[in-house]
Amino acid sequence: MQGLTQTLDFQAQALVLRSERQRLLASNIANADTPGYVAREMDFASALRQAGGLDTGRLAMASSHAGHLDPGDGARDEAGLVFARGSQDAVDRNTVDLDRERASFADNSVRYEATLRFINSGVRNLLDAMKNPNQA
Amino acid sequence: MSMFRIFDVSGSAVSAQTQRLNVVASNLANADTVAGPDGQAYKARQVVFATTLMGEVGAAGVRVSNVVEDPSVGRRVHDPKHPGADAQGYITYSNVNPVEEMVNMISASRSYQNNIEVMNTAKGLLLKTLQMGQS
Repeated sequence: MQGLTQTLDFQAQALVLRSERQRLLASNIANADTPGYVAREMDFASALRQAGGLDTGRLAMASSHAGHLDPGDGARDEAGLVFARGSQDAVDRNTVDLDRERASFADNSVRYEATLRFINSGVRNLLDAMKNPNQA
Repeated sequence: MSMFRIFDVSGSAVSAQTQRLNVVASNLANADTVAGPDGQAYKARQVVFATTLMGEVGAAGVRVSNVVEDPSVGRRVHDPKHPGADAQGYITYSNVNPVEEMVNMISASRSYQNNIEVMNTAKGLLLKTLQMGQS
């Protein structure tokens, strides 16, 4: 049964990450005038690999016994955010590039919506497959 | 649900920018205020923003940590007939620089608009998320 919902699980993870990135970009835009604020950015590709359990290298724990828990699948360190590179130096040491943040924000909302549509069409496909062929 | 935090984050930024606009308004209103004989004229005020964490990693709001007064001395004009003139016949105006305040006002209103737009986008996305699987 795992193959049935595998795509949906993946899209759900992507959706959660997209919403986290949206929040991150909103924080950057909110702090565009705060002195000393350092803009942060999410490495989306590696975050998604971590969430999908494909890249467990950073989170691997030494296990000396077969009964030890494996934190691999789905575990992700939330602190894995990177600092966005400032494009221009500001006197108040604020590194938010408002133009770039706004562009990223628009980009991220479109991708969030795209992921939503993928989920919707996945659900619709499943519902179609469950229909009685003699009806309709 | 992490997207709901956007309203806290952007809301705090909007209220901080509102406070900045308020301070700019009172500075501009007092741009031509004259000191009494004691020489204490209105001093221009500025808000100081600081980042405040919103409980989750990656959610950083804004708060006004302090309101500081510009300590510089205001403009002094020789006008012995003025009722507020001191012993030497000088009156002291407030130290507000109207050009600086106008720039401050435009910057605050742009930031305000940015944050409102962020909240509108987040609201649209959340409403679409509510309809997930229905269409």
